[in-house]
Amino acid sequence: MTIISGVTCPVCGSFCDDIEVTIKNNVITDVKNACAIGAAKFLGYAKHRQTKPLIRKNGELVEASLDEAIRKSAQILADATYPILYGWSSTSCEATRVGLELAEEVGGVIDNTSTVCHGPSILSIQDIGISSCTLGQLRHRADLVFYWGSNPWSAHPRHLERYTTFSDGRFQKTAWRGYLSRLSATLTKKRLRRAVNLILRRDVSVPPETDRRLPYSVFQKKRKMIVIDVRKTRSAETADYFIQVKPNSDFELLQAFRMLVRDEELDVDEVAGVPVEVLEEVVDIMIGCELGILFFGLGLTMSEGKLRNVDAALSLVRDLNQRTKFLIMPMRGHFNVTGANVVFTWQTGYPYAVDFSHGYPRYNPGETSVVDILCRGESDAGLVIASDPVAHFPQRAAQNLVKNPLIAIDPEVTPTTLMADVVIPSAFVGIETEGTAYRMDHVPLPLKKIVNPPNTCLPDEEILRRILHQVHKLRRRPN
Amino acid sequence: MPKLKVSLLTGRTVDQGKGKEYGKLSEEYQQSVAICQIDPDDMKSLGIRENTNVKVITDFGSVVLKAVKSARAPHPKVVFIPYGPWASIVMNPKTHGTGMPSLKGLTAEIEPAPTEKVLGLTNLLKEHFKKEEK
Repeated sequence: MTIISGVTCPVCGSFCDDIEVTIKNNVITDVKNACAIGAAKFLGYAKHRQTKPLIRKNGELVEASLDEAIRKSAQILADATYPILYGWSSTSCEATRVGLELAEEVGGVIDNTSTVCHGPSILSIQDIGISSCTLGQLRHRADLVFYWGSNPWSAHPRHLERYTTFSDGRFQKTAWRGYLSRLSATLTKKRLRRAVNLILRRDVSVPPETDRRLPYSVFQKKRKMIVIDVRKTRSAETADYFIQVKPNSDFELLQAFRMLVRDEELDVDEVAGVPVEVLEEVVDIMIGCELGILFFGLGLTMSEGKLRNVDAALSLVRDLNQRTKFLIMPMRGHFNVTGANVVFTWQTGYPYAVDFSHGYPRYNPGETSVVDILCRGESDAGLVIASDPVAHFPQRAAQNLVKNPLIAIDPEVTPTTLMADVVIPSAFVGIETEGTAYRMDHVPLPLKKIVNPPNTCLPDEEILRRILHQVHKLRRRPN
Repeated sequence: MPKLKVSLLTGRTVDQGKGKEYGKLSEEYQQSVAICQIDPDDMKSLGIRENTNVKVITDFGSVVLKAVKSARAPHPKVVFIPYGPWASIVMNPKTHGTGMPSLKGLTAEIEPAPTEKVLGLTNLLKEHFKKEEK
């Protein structure tokens, strides 16, 4: 039995690096410090995996040798005029680097999952700029934490505990106790209501929330958290204060905040369903903080306005920096989506949606982004790595992806591998193979190899190198 | 049959995160994503109980899901489906020139569908995706 500590968790953008894994006979038997999702990955990754390469013959996926699968993949890519190479956020930077070389060689479009995630945020950051920092700074100094359109409790479960509200920093103490007392008050309220219902034998439903005054805790000189979202998520329940915004109205609310920060008057009673008095009080708290941070999630990038919502958020933080110190950071989803953007940028100059069909890199999201290409039906082949677009793209885009020859490189069985023509199983990066990944704040950390992969599963980087080698051969070029 | 116009949201949940790590073909995954979280008052107005199947219809498709009482209520006329192949069937592919489809805040309609079945993953793929022989 071996215990390995300091393992990085290959799940979400928080990319925790304090996981402790127990291994017995090349099998992970126990995990410490991980969240529910991380533990599910470390303990359950081997249950539904595939280990043999597959090729579609007469409509059925049948087992094939690795060499055959590599040759077939290279043939598909070499024959295509406008192939799509998509995924990259759940693999290592080293694999992405080879992928970019392959995309250039075959004259295709290479895009990563940020195209359906924080792509609009990247467009806004290119327009406006970003005042950001590393997560360590926030752990030690941030006294006001905003989560806007983001639900870390569900998507980045240890974000609060490691980097923000519930972390114990050098200059800011954890707000864990305040949360516990709020939780016990809420539970007592619920119990009382249940008791009243039992006694009266009728359903006394929750009275509509009329009291929107801010609680005392947000005015105190200590760490506090405010959540702005369309639903009262688990994260919102954890917060000192929750602002419920009407769906698709984030832009209005952000601009209202900007006006108030600039001491301008609002001529309305409420904005996006929130009374102006509440907004004024929240702005006072923003201006009064020592170091504020605004984390924003897909609530801004996926709803109406998309990049314009992020424009407004970045501008709000810029305005706030005239009055106090405020920072902003996107809550990146996959553990290496930031790394994919970084590697794309240092190889091609652009962070995603890079088109090599002219022989040089072009970038024009909306035209060269993968969902648009698929919806217009322009591509004639696809390679998907470490991603599952058949499950997560809108139906029309996924249908056009599946219609053409499709190569899937993935350690798991997913809707994409089920619909692919060539399936190459790979080793789980961060468990069975090493590499580098970037945390959401652009800090690169190593991915560790903690167990050996099955003999038939190579690392993504090696598989891509072999495909590239084969493509070179088919095109009669020296390597 | 009563119908309800709603705003449709998609997003992550811890169960969806755990389910996808257990495997996309696992029962846990289907149980965590082939659901539609509805405000209890909206469930009453639709005349349905928890675990009744409902049909979610948008301009881009329709899908049958299991109705679940939302623990995040009140959010009247707002329903939530976790990310996954079921939610993707009804999503808006238009990107408005940004590369990003519209996955939150869609206009949708829900109606009770007690006689219709929630399709399993392989049947869902069979029904919506055709593989052409090359």
